[in-house]
Amino acid sequence: MAITRDEVLHVARLARLALTEEEIAKFQEQLSAILQAVGKVAELDLSGVEPTAHPLDLSNVWAADELEPSLALDDALSNAPDQEDGYFRVPAA
Amino acid sequence: MIDTLRVTAQEANDLLTSGEASSDEIFSAYRAAIDERDGELNCFLHVNDDAPGAGVPVAFKDVISTRGIPTTAGSKILEGFKPVYDATVAERCAARGLRTIGKTNMDEFAMGSSTENSAYGPTRNPWDPERVPGGSSGGSAAAVAAGMAPWALGSDTGGSVKQPAALCGVVGLRPTYGTVSRYGIVAFASSLDQIGPVAKTVADCAFLYSVVAGHDPRDTTTVELPEPVQVPEAEDLRGLRVGVPKELNEAEGIEAGVSEAVNAAVELCRELGAEVGECELPRSVEFGLPCYYLIAPSEASSNLARYDGVRYGLRVSPDGIREMYEQTRDAGFGDEPKRRIMLGTYALSSGYYDAYYAQAQKVRTVIRHEFAAALERFDVLVSPTSPTVAFPLGAKTENPLAMYLSDVLAIPPNMAGLPGLSIPCGLSEGLPVGLQLIGPQFSENVLFRAGHALEQALGFDYVPPRLAA
Repeated sequence: MAITRDEVLHVARLARLALTEEEIAKFQEQLSAILQAVGKVAELDLSGVEPTAHPLDLSNVWAADELEPSLALDDALSNAPDQEDGYFRVPAA
Repeated sequence: MIDTLRVTAQEANDLLTSGEASSDEIFSAYRAAIDERDGELNCFLHVNDDAPGAGVPVAFKDVISTRGIPTTAGSKILEGFKPVYDATVAERCAARGLRTIGKTNMDEFAMGSSTENSAYGPTRNPWDPERVPGGSSGGSAAAVAAGMAPWALGSDTGGSVKQPAALCGVVGLRPTYGTVSRYGIVAFASSLDQIGPVAKTVADCAFLYSVVAGHDPRDTTTVELPEPVQVPEAEDLRGLRVGVPKELNEAEGIEAGVSEAVNAAVELCRELGAEVGECELPRSVEFGLPCYYLIAPSEASSNLARYDGVRYGLRVSPDGIREMYEQTRDAGFGDEPKRRIMLGTYALSSGYYDAYYAQAQKVRTVIRHEFAAALERFDVLVSPTSPTVAFPLGAKTENPLAMYLSDVLAIPPNMAGLPGLSIPCGLSEGLPVGLQLIGPQFSENVLFRAGHALEQALGFDYVPPRLAA
């Protein structure tokens, strides 16, 4: 299954990746080859088979509703590229 | 002087408890080995000279958060990042006195099978520096093989502990999903990621597993172990039923020398008293790799959305927030993470979800059932861990699909959440061959027992000849 240049651009936009022209061409070719290989899963008729999201039979794992200490503000901001008044600072949206 | 190439973690610990060596002397011996060999091998991204503790050293794959110690996951997007808390596994090691000697090199975000995808240069194989150590936990496996750490932790999503252990001639465990906490681990594919030990012997591997395993309230996917970890002692395999899945042992691309070593190990199982028989996994091997390369990239595309230049890590800062996200991610991620983010985003996108992601989740059910059926007849299944021995650097970097095939035998049991132990079982072309032992969920003690008995009988010498004095 070959994917088009427009599909590569669409997916890159969804994934918030600003690809270079060179990357667009390379990924179009490589993703087509990979999709062809993984598309093999379509060969199996799996109607009626339940999907597996997780290998263990766990459901509704709750934590006790108790107050616990969380990260201090200074710690939470310590790796921030930019900050102001206790907030992460970003360019205007 | 302690011969760090030869000494096991258990023996290093014995030196400590008998008073023959102090914790500082042992630490210095491994530290000296790093100075001597890591210039060539590049196993470490960060060496920790100020490591508290009274025990022996341990190395952590750089995917494990260590408070105040740089943690990059092999990526430029996390260059300079210093975690503000410890991963549970790091905390548990520290609680037992283990000293963090350093953070080991890896494929970026654990995506790769050769450690060549590291943004900080490849790690080289201690058996032959022109060859890869495997990956993604190549730094951990090579560091143990080269005597730069008595043992180490890696992470395994699609074979990333088992395969490098095999290629470096050491022992590696991918534990049952849910037995080791992922709290504080840089996430790749959350339904598959597991932390696992790498060591020179099965007994060391079992001991390190016992240190890190068990329920953690901070990771709701963890469970309590059904029985305590037993460090193995038995030297026979009497009463053990060993299955040889045809497809895992006859897959296309398995090198003749690899098959030879594995077949000899199977024969040895018989001599040690095991009942050996054939079985089949008709769809698990054929469809395991495609299933993995839909599910893991899909989960990765979601997990890696957090690298957006806002809270930590790299920021490329043009005007406008969307431009900041897109340019930060383009500059910070290497090729392989981008490729997998693109693939996963595509597989999850509107119009393709059912054909790819949902279908792959059903294939995963098929694989679980096939393994469950085989494991009703057998206690342990065996196969090569990797179809090949360590390959030359650069041999597969231009062809992502060829690289993905390195894990074709390691992936299927992972999809079913099963534990797998890789032990060295011989040499082919002078390079180590790994034997994969697979068991039912929570059967680590059985794998340790079988691995230990085989290890004793095989007498594999884990010291790379070119490093032996």
